[in-house]
Amino acid sequence: MDAVKRYFRSPAAVAGLILLVIVIAMAISAGFLYPRDPLALAGRPLIWPFSNPRFLLGTDNSGRDIAAQIFYGARISLLIGGVATAIAILIGILVGAFAGYYGGWVDNVLMRITEAFQTLPNFVLLLVLVAVFGSTLTTVTIAVGVVSWPAPARLTRAEFLSLRNREFVQAGRTLGMKNIQLIFGEILPNALPPVIVYASVVMAVAILLESALAFLRLSDPNVASWGNLIGLGRDVLRVQWYVSAIPGIAILVTVLAVSLVGQGLNDALNPRLKGR
Amino acid sequence: MSETEAILSLDRLSVRLPRGADRTHALSDVSLEIASNEILCVVGESGSGKSMMANAVMRLLPNEVKIDGGRVMFEGRDLCAATLAEMREVRGAGIAMIFQEPMTALNPLRTIGDQIAEMFSIHTDLSKAEIGDKVLALLADVRIPDPKVAARAYPHELSGGQRQRAMIAMALALDPKLLIADEPTTALDVTTQAQILKLIRDLQQRRKTAVMFITHDFGVVAEIADRVVVMQHGVIVEQGTARAVLHHPQHAYTKQLIAAVPPLKAPPPRALASDNILTITDVSKTYRTGGFLGRGARVTPAVRNVSFNLPRGATLGIVGESGSGKSTLARCIVRLIDPDRGSIVLDGNDWAKMTREKVRRETRHIQMVFQDPFGSLNPRRKAAELVAQGPIVHGTPRPQAIADAKELFSLVGLDPSSADRYPHEFSGGQRQRIGLARALALKPDVLVADEPVSALDVSVQAQVLKLLAELRARLGLSIVFITHDLRVAAQICDLVAVMKDGEVVEYGLAGEVFGNPQHPYTRALLDSIPGGEFAREHATEAV
Repeated sequence: MDAVKRYFRSPAAVAGLILLVIVIAMAISAGFLYPRDPLALAGRPLIWPFSNPRFLLGTDNSGRDIAAQIFYGARISLLIGGVATAIAILIGILVGAFAGYYGGWVDNVLMRITEAFQTLPNFVLLLVLVAVFGSTLTTVTIAVGVVSWPAPARLTRAEFLSLRNREFVQAGRTLGMKNIQLIFGEILPNALPPVIVYASVVMAVAILLESALAFLRLSDPNVASWGNLIGLGRDVLRVQWYVSAIPGIAILVTVLAVSLVGQGLNDALNPRLKGR
Repeated sequence: MSETEAILSLDRLSVRLPRGADRTHALSDVSLEIASNEILCVVGESGSGKSMMANAVMRLLPNEVKIDGGRVMFEGRDLCAATLAEMREVRGAGIAMIFQEPMTALNPLRTIGDQIAEMFSIHTDLSKAEIGDKVLALLADVRIPDPKVAARAYPHELSGGQRQRAMIAMALALDPKLLIADEPTTALDVTTQAQILKLIRDLQQRRKTAVMFITHDFGVVAEIADRVVVMQHGVIVEQGTARAVLHHPQHAYTKQLIAAVPPLKAPPPRALASDNILTITDVSKTYRTGGFLGRGARVTPAVRNVSFNLPRGATLGIVGESGSGKSTLARCIVRLIDPDRGSIVLDGNDWAKMTREKVRRETRHIQMVFQDPFGSLNPRRKAAELVAQGPIVHGTPRPQAIADAKELFSLVGLDPSSADRYPHEFSGGQRQRIGLARALALKPDVLVADEPVSALDVSVQAQVLKLLAELRARLGLSIVFITHDLRVAAQICDLVAVMKDGEVVEYGLAGEVFGNPQHPYTRALLDSIPGGEFAREHATEAV
């Protein structure tokens, strides 16, 4: 519980948490506030923000309500961010844990695979995956997760390498625990804090990756996402810049919130590293 | 107190700890004086504030810790009021400091010579050539073999003792008036420790430096001190000449500390059972590192042809310095490491040849207690869970195992109501008791204890040893007891095996090994024990 107290002592971490709660609230309330399909035509195209009370944030080039798309987009961004992060962290922990614990050839094989993924720029890899498997919401989410696991894997492996020879692990072995029990029961709980913290970085990157895909019009066009809106606004960027700028700000705020929360978690879970 | 003028005097010095610490002040009203040409030993257990005092004198306290009263007078100046620039001049040139672990105190990326030369280039205007000569002279002065080679070496290329010598050379570079030594020999082997203590004594006498020597070991005090200050909870409880404090301690705490110093004399031998529970024959383990296709590989024989018998109910001490292979041997016995050759027969089963899976299932017969009371308990599990883990793994239902664990708590002298706490809420001695309870939970026949009391303060050490002896009698345990400290081995072991470079050089009844050592190495070890004379006298006093 000290960790919770330490977290709330940092103003930046609290600010991040508030922003994140706001984004989550937007995602939840989208259905009540904008019961209509956000991708349905709502009015005249390209109404400037704050000029028409019906469309507070204006409309895009096809006449769809930007505010509704922002609210529904929060759902997509959080969904992709959350699920892709979960996939990346899960693969990362498994690969890192086995590589770090067993060492030897297991480590060699798993690390070479990890390096193969790491040497490819992950956005290029993402483009390939989406090009091959199509760009529905599910494939995009999985693809983002699949390109993001190498870093958490390396982090988990490093933690395991330093923990596996600690005396409490040896003690577990002398008690007769199986390797699986040692890996998941003894070592993993101690290796987890830095990985959890790193998850916030993965989540921020996942949100950005999806937006980048959408900007290239390679994300799922059938959902209201911030990236899609930015991609759409590209055509009218010089005059009606707000079409791209508003979702851009939404992405900025969300990524910032996730990063601040991650930094706050880091300081709260690893208090000794703070201020270094 | 000596007649000469004090070099350093602390006058009612108080140091405040940040809120939330276990006490408000690390030091309260500490007053003491060190004259030139004397060695003042500051003795105390962990948490007594002795290191904090050294750091306060150097003004090297952590940010949250503040001096909140008193004065530190050095050469007529109050260091508490000195500016940072003034302090920089005092540090190194006026007061030098050496630390416990020379490996972490030295910069690993620069040569020893370079690091000593830095002292001169910061504080003096000497030319490069002059500095080079001075560095070599200093290294010769601290009796490093081949100073020229040592000056070019990086810290990791020297042995622990040589590194500490290099640290001392660095500290003495500018002829400081006062040398503060913070547990400088604690991390060293006993024979190296004896050499370093002698070196500090010699240098001090030749250079007339005042030395503040911080230690937890009364043996070291007996060896080196002119005067002694005893600290407890940040307060000086007793000070006086070494003779007076060691032989006629006044304060109850000093008496208790001295009584806890293990006497170097084996207790009267106990009758040993005629049958052996554990028979170890020709166990060897060799480490091979590096190399490609067998070329350039480094081969380190860690354990070589070790054989001994452990009679049922007896305690066998395996004594040796670091690198002697004693821990590797212990880990071979419990099969944390697979021995290359030999047999380890327990109750007719050869453990050296069992498969890993069989070892895992049979592991309850032989259990291990580890050295580090902080590292050997999983910080994320509650105490009761830690103790119950073993039985749970071997099939005891969880509620039953937890209930048994609580009973074990009282057996090892812990409060059963503390079973729901996490390891960090216990003291070092208590954690070691948890480790012991965990090993006992499986009702082992043989207990392998790897330096179980080395990380503990003397008074706690004595309690844990007493507990081990009690449990041995009560549960009929047979114990393999690994230690580097002959005084500890003398107290608890029936049989002793002395190891050097992976081999057992002497093996026999404790009384014989300590009373009439045959091998020159055993004799060297016994002679190196700091304050050996005191320990022997002390033994007779205690009887």
